[in-house]
Amino acid sequence: MTDELLRMTGVARSFDVSPPWLNRVLERRGRVILKAVDGVDLAIRKGETLGLVGESGCGKSTIARLIVGLYAPTRGTIVYEGVTIAGEGATTDAARLRSTRRGMQMIFQDPYASLNPRWRVAAIVAEPMRLHDPALTHEELGARVAALLEQVGLAAADGTKYPHQFSGGQRQRISIARALSTNPSFLVCDEPTSALDVSVQAQVLNLMRDLQRRLCLTYLFISHNLAVVHHIADRVGVMYLGRIVELAPTRELFATPRHPYTRMLLDAVPDLEMSGASRTAVAGEVPNPLDPPTGCTFHPRCPHANERCREQIPELLPAGAAMVACHGIAEGRIPLRTAAAAGT
Amino acid sequence: MQTATGPLLAVERLRVEFPTRRGTLVAVHDLSFDIAPGEVLGVVGESGAGKSITGAAIIGLIDPPGRIAAGEIRLAGRRIDNLPYAEMRRVRGREIGAIFQDPLTSLNPLYTVGRQLTETIRTHLDMNEAAARDRAIGLLEEVGIPAAARRIDHYPHQFSGGMRQRVVIALALAAKPRLIVADEPTTALDVSIQSQIIELLKRLCREHGTAVMLVTHDMGVIAETADRVAVMYAGRIVEIGPVADVIHRPQHPYTVGLMGSIPSIVDEREHLTQIDGSMPRLTALPTGCAFHPRCPRAFAHCREARPELVAAGPTRAACWLLETPAHAQARAEALS
Repeated sequence: MTDELLRMTGVARSFDVSPPWLNRVLERRGRVILKAVDGVDLAIRKGETLGLVGESGCGKSTIARLIVGLYAPTRGTIVYEGVTIAGEGATTDAARLRSTRRGMQMIFQDPYASLNPRWRVAAIVAEPMRLHDPALTHEELGARVAALLEQVGLAAADGTKYPHQFSGGQRQRISIARALSTNPSFLVCDEPTSALDVSVQAQVLNLMRDLQRRLCLTYLFISHNLAVVHHIADRVGVMYLGRIVELAPTRELFATPRHPYTRMLLDAVPDLEMSGASRTAVAGEVPNPLDPPTGCTFHPRCPHANERCREQIPELLPAGAAMVACHGIAEGRIPLRTAAAAGT
Repeated sequence: MQTATGPLLAVERLRVEFPTRRGTLVAVHDLSFDIAPGEVLGVVGESGAGKSITGAAIIGLIDPPGRIAAGEIRLAGRRIDNLPYAEMRRVRGREIGAIFQDPLTSLNPLYTVGRQLTETIRTHLDMNEAAARDRAIGLLEEVGIPAAARRIDHYPHQFSGGMRQRVVIALALAAKPRLIVADEPTTALDVSIQSQIIELLKRLCREHGTAVMLVTHDMGVIAETADRVAVMYAGRIVEIGPVADVIHRPQHPYTVGLMGSIPSIVDEREHLTQIDGSMPRLTALPTGCAFHPRCPRAFAHCREARPELVAAGPTRAACWLLETPAHAQARAEALS
């Protein structure tokens, strides 16, 4: 496929969260390994917005950090525009890696923590350009920063201010301006609107859509808010305990959720249209990721689980327009729910 | 005086101030609303709207130097805003329960859940240790904690986030209060846990006839839970009414914008309605209607004078667009 921008193959990342050596010896305990991401295959196409949803601890932020290189994968490979940027066989050519990475930028959740409070906004926005283009003159940088600030709906004069002089929504605009400063083609957005009020969230989501259209950007949009992902994404991946359990075009996923976990999540979202209606109560909680269940990790909460689900890990297989990791769906045990039934 | 059939909670012209070195900040202005017995009143607004301060004023927990500068809060006809500290402590817990956003900070990490529950029960109800423990186990079972008889001797850190919030709800219900003030009770929780907690709150209030003041920024939670909703902006109520009317037929331009800016999992829109700008700071409130700098329909009068809440169909909203000549005349007479 030529329109593929990024491909992750069998990517896994585990963290050693063992107690200190002395405690392990005295308390006769072994190492404790947390598998944050456990074998994820994912392709992102040019120009699309891929949404990634899931509850806390499902590994969605770890995926963002693996892609931009903040973490190295334990297993698997990540290929971006034909260059293997991480994992086995990653390119060792530092210059090539750097020029490839320049095409991707990240927007973080907390606009209060991600901007240096001691720097003026112009310096914050100019920093990536100074790293990637040391040859730029002071005047060129200034002109570019002014253009970027105007592009995200701020004034060029705002460059002389400090981050504390801006509201949360304006700070997130500064983060977006900084991310756009290297002319990237791919933005990894980790919960970019979760810290914002709804009216401000709407401003930022609208801005991100306009920028995508104007600059032909590709987004990986990570959020725990299903309504936000429904609004912005073209395709959606649903994660549970480090794996993708369902991947489908947005309309398909919300109209015909296939995986029992996806159905449960959609049922749980409080929505304005469902005023007064009572919902299916969701059973159980996310299990401890240090000690995940055997087989399909969702089986203890799943109403359709059987012996096979308890023993064998399901693979992500095509099912209609979607990809689903569920034995019940693959065997045709679980009846499909139509849009009409899901909406009531 | 309120009679027995009157509202359970009546708030009248409440004003909360915070003196600072640069002058007095008024966080809540002239706020009036009431809650009927067994009713769920949702209070929504964005950060800084004054919704949490209102909740804190009702349970008497405004941090000094903040203070209630004017107005009255009455619980079943009895004034509670001017009670001495010790007496307010008896009201809080016994008659008003409180649930806060973060379940970890509202539980004492050094005591077992059982000890915190029995202490609360024995403070407010006349019970011996064994009876209080039985009631505590009963409460934990009621809020859906499995193996309650064993879990009662566990510490808060041994519970998950959702289970901790259940314990907090059990604590709030411990002395059978008539009103619960819940400040963002589900905000720190994942969606699947959030829906469990909402269902639990709804069921318990139905069974016990407890009234709830539910403070949240999440309109979806309000839609599923509340009977009526008050929308706050810059320290005032801009619209209040039955929940379905406020959501589907909002009258105030701020409510209209707020509803349009919420993404939905049902409909598909290219663009969300956006309200430009952000909530004004309390140090620099605009003149007239506080919403006028962001309002798409503002006109000259909005900059000069502040509208009062007037009836607009089934809801009440504070907007000059809704002011009929009859209203304007009635107000002019009342002022003269």
